[in-house]
Amino acid sequence: MSTNQIPVGPFHPLLEEAEYFNIKVEGETVVDIEMDIGWMHRGHEFISEQKTFTQSIFLVERICGICSTSHPIACVHAVEDIDNIDIPLRARYIRTLIGELERIHSHLLWLGLAGHFIGYDTLWMWAWKYREPVLQMFEIISGNRNHYGMMRVGGVARDVDPDALPALLKILDEIDAKMEMIAKAANDDPVLKSRLKGVGVLSHRDAIDYCAVGPTARASGVKTDVRKDEPTDAYDLVDFEVIVTQAGDVYDKTVVRLLEIMESSKIIRQCLEKLRSVSGPIVNNVKEISPGEGIGRYEAPRGEVFHYMRSDGSNRPIRHKVRAPSFVNIPTFTASCKGIPLADALITLASVDPCYCCTERAIRVVGHAEQAESIDLLRLSREKTERIRRTIHGA
Amino acid sequence: MSLLTLFYLLIFPGLLFTAVLGLSVGWVDRKLSARFQFRVGPPFFQNFYDFIKLLGKETLIVRDSVQSLFIAAPLIAFAALVCISALIGVALFFGASFIGDLYVLMYLLMVYSVMVILGGSATGNVYSSIGAGREMKLLLADELAFILVCLVPIVKAGYEIRLSEILSAQQLGGAFIASPSGILAFLIALICIQAKMALPPFNIPEAETEIVEGPFMEYSGPPLAFWKLNHFMMYVFYPFLLILLFLGGFSAGGWGVLWFILKYLLIVVVMIIIKNTNPRVRIDTALHFFWNIAFPVSLVALILAVLGV
Repeated sequence: MSTNQIPVGPFHPLLEEAEYFNIKVEGETVVDIEMDIGWMHRGHEFISEQKTFTQSIFLVERICGICSTSHPIACVHAVEDIDNIDIPLRARYIRTLIGELERIHSHLLWLGLAGHFIGYDTLWMWAWKYREPVLQMFEIISGNRNHYGMMRVGGVARDVDPDALPALLKILDEIDAKMEMIAKAANDDPVLKSRLKGVGVLSHRDAIDYCAVGPTARASGVKTDVRKDEPTDAYDLVDFEVIVTQAGDVYDKTVVRLLEIMESSKIIRQCLEKLRSVSGPIVNNVKEISPGEGIGRYEAPRGEVFHYMRSDGSNRPIRHKVRAPSFVNIPTFTASCKGIPLADALITLASVDPCYCCTERAIRVVGHAEQAESIDLLRLSREKTERIRRTIHGA
Repeated sequence: MSLLTLFYLLIFPGLLFTAVLGLSVGWVDRKLSARFQFRVGPPFFQNFYDFIKLLGKETLIVRDSVQSLFIAAPLIAFAALVCISALIGVALFFGASFIGDLYVLMYLLMVYSVMVILGGSATGNVYSSIGAGREMKLLLADELAFILVCLVPIVKAGYEIRLSEILSAQQLGGAFIASPSGILAFLIALICIQAKMALPPFNIPEAETEIVEGPFMEYSGPPLAFWKLNHFMMYVFYPFLLILLFLGGFSAGGWGVLWFILKYLLIVVVMIIIKNTNPRVRIDTALHFFWNIAFPVSLVALILAVLGV
């Protein structure tokens, strides 16, 4: 049988971002898949190195519109790691509150999109309707529905109004009721189950081999969660479970996300409760950052996001490196998509909740003087590391 | 061809009636779906605007395609659908038919699917060819069950292969849906029609998020307008066919007209509800469903009908 190539991207209704998958099919069965990223490169790391630390945090919030507080949290962790800066207790609760609210809205957004991808537009619209109250909570807390601008080195930028707490709890109750309804509907629908169960299985072994993170790994039975493994902010002060399932198929990834929404809601309740009693400042004033390097980790809705910052004692980072979860989750398609029907492969592509604008921070330029190959990318990277070393050691 | 035949074909119940009613019912579909999803939905004339706008757009033809086939496919399908709606409508509203017209109907219904396959294959686009392949598999899946359940009314009408005989048998002895075999056959026919119209859960050939509208991907301008119109016309004659075969048809006197409209809207609403409460299934699930579940059930319905139940 002859092999056909199905291009998914750079523009394709499956994923609204620019990406490229070359799916090779025989009939309808996927035999091979090639991935190519780099269509969304915006040079965030380079821009960040031209900005002050405070501006950098503002900038990394713009890396992704959906997990727009995960990057700032990881980034402030990195800066705080340079000088071992402590943050006030109240700020720790507020950070966790914002982070978990974002997890709810991101997972609901994915649920809706997943519904759309399997042709279930009603689920799409319903999930997004129930996502709306979460955005309202954000608006009450920060004044913005997205891009909250809450993180600062040494704390948070804005306090949670104590008068708003009852309203927030009321909206949370509303969300909980709807989530139970959606979870029940997903559990009871035989057509949905037959469509998602056993589809795009990522085995436990493969999840470890490909270093998958976040819900993608947890659905395959890998218990990895930065919130538990290396608790920062208020995560060691609140009580929650890490959701792990074993099957590794798309259905389990859905289940993990739905249950995580409920866990997040639990965390938010505890944070709101604590915010009633814990008072005090919300930010430690940090005057300067000493030379050195620091790392920041945070469990974004899609998995671990990692920031690296190097300071030379000035007010600007001289190196800023970001690693987003989708960057390690996207290659798992090689393991999970081969040998399954095309219709299943496409929902599998969507099931890791890939986020391309997070992922892409390097690009291969073709044209101009010469055609650059992927080996050159490695060379460029090494040259850059050399350059940084020279500036640090002054050699 | 007499003037009356031309009237049947072009005005009522053929082209004009089916097209206008189809575009209007298309609005019911879109509005109801929107309300299901907490959206507002389009204004009544939206489908008419869309159709007229597409007629005025440029027709882009892929250079490597089989151009004549590419253009002819939507038009032949349209012609077949006009014939079908005239055939069903004339039997339904005027009681006129000829021996074996249900067979002719079966063939004409298949012409539409064949034209989707040919039009999709003519472009050479991978998405279109996969969509055409899926349409073919879906046709193979639903056709057997559909033909079997269409035999049920024939058997119940005393082995008469005439739509008018089927109608008069129902007007004398009550609608066929009132019997066990009738209701089984009706339900299977409803699901088969969902597949024949490529509505969710069987919108597999068009699957937007997988193969980007499949066979219709390369179409633009007037040919696309005709594909859209074809789709909306099916909202008219498939429910009519169901009413004709199972629900007792149409009678002009008394509450007849209102009763007929009610039956028609009921079928359309059920179709829209099925459409909005199901995800798209895989093609192999659809094949499995039609061959392993729908086919035995329709066979049982047929045997029950032969036994007179």
